[in-house]
Amino acid sequence: MSMAGTDIAELRPADPFVPQIYRVDRVSRELADTVTLDLTPLSGSRPPFAPGQFNMLYAFGIGEVAISMSGDRAHDAFVHTVRDVGAVSGAIAKLAPGAVIGLRGPFGTGWPVKEAEGSDIVIIAGGLGLAPLRPAIYEILANRGRYGRVVILFGSRNPTEMLYRHELEEWRQRLDIDIEVTVDHADADWRGNVGVVPALIPRAAFDPHEAVALICGPEVMMRFTVNALRDIGLTPESIFLSMERNMKCAIGLCGHCQFGSTFVCKDGPVMRFDRIAGIFTVREI
Amino acid sequence: MATLEQILQEHPFFVDAPAELVRLVAGCARNHIFHAGEYLFHEGEPANEFFLIRQGKVALEIDAPGHAPIVFETSGVGDFVGASWLIPPYRWVFDARAVELTRATGIDAACLRGKCEADHDLGYEMMKRFLPVLVRRLHATRLQVLDVYGRH
Repeated sequence: MSMAGTDIAELRPADPFVPQIYRVDRVSRELADTVTLDLTPLSGSRPPFAPGQFNMLYAFGIGEVAISMSGDRAHDAFVHTVRDVGAVSGAIAKLAPGAVIGLRGPFGTGWPVKEAEGSDIVIIAGGLGLAPLRPAIYEILANRGRYGRVVILFGSRNPTEMLYRHELEEWRQRLDIDIEVTVDHADADWRGNVGVVPALIPRAAFDPHEAVALICGPEVMMRFTVNALRDIGLTPESIFLSMERNMKCAIGLCGHCQFGSTFVCKDGPVMRFDRIAGIFTVREI
Repeated sequence: MATLEQILQEHPFFVDAPAELVRLVAGCARNHIFHAGEYLFHEGEPANEFFLIRQGKVALEIDAPGHAPIVFETSGVGDFVGASWLIPPYRWVFDARAVELTRATGIDAACLRGKCEADHDLGYEMMKRFLPVLVRRLHATRLQVLDVYGRH
């Protein structure tokens, strides 16, 4: 092999614009329009990642989309939960086991699971927002003794559109975490809460002065949630959000995901609230 | 056995309330137990009483002909159920059903309205306790109708 060829071969895996080829090992149907894919590289092992980071998934010939990690860091595969909301995500959601897909990543910032050790943890998710938080939940539960109280508050559209319902029910069996689930509306068979997820916050059992909040969901839901957390005394420095914007290059070059003076792909998606508080409610940012 | 005054004083709705206020409201109060599936009130009935929940959970629901009732909100421990007694014509506009065994303190609406009319300080104190909850519920309802978890 020539010297030049060797150089190219060595550079290629590190080039953030070149997708690596992954195989779909497993497809799990979560909801009518949502699947979870286990992806393993055709050669070698997957790179390490931090809970909260994302990959760019490439449906060949169609396009790329940013999808957060939703699996356990201890798992060999990258696990991504994908909702069919457009051409690219629709093509990815239709992939069958054995199919191949392009993947770039991991990119972005992670949840502060290490920094939050010693604190109470309140995890607040809405809809598919539970997916980017799930790796952090695995991490925290695997190291449960390092945290104070752990509370998970989850909001969903209705009981039949609840992501990871089986897993939520399993977590609920544990005696060392509190889980409250609410839905926007339900029929009379539902015995749980009905209402919005911020309404669960005042009743949740954690110390607002010693807690770190991890939030992911639709941005409107996150705005209401931040207000509710601030009302009970959480500081802006103890609130972390996973932001969503139109990620393209994923390394802070193209500017598609610019959010004020930050880039969501590089400075996020997980952002500490005090760093974005000034622009969080500004339109068109 | 706790008196109605003690029970009310411990309810979050009356946190930091002056003892005199609690004593006046207790004069309009009585205790209830609702079993799972039992209704606290039905749409269209006179709104004669509202309820401070001490244990359990209450679903507010709308009966849609041809469909199962739709639950749009639940209230739990520390909440109050019912606001239609505050404004004429004092009729319930939803159904309220106990989801599980529910213990609540009911406050007679005409009794409390009369006391508030006679004692505006009491009325203002009550207003300061009701209004923030009602505004929070309004904000929550706005978020709820946005259907933020749906496909957009």
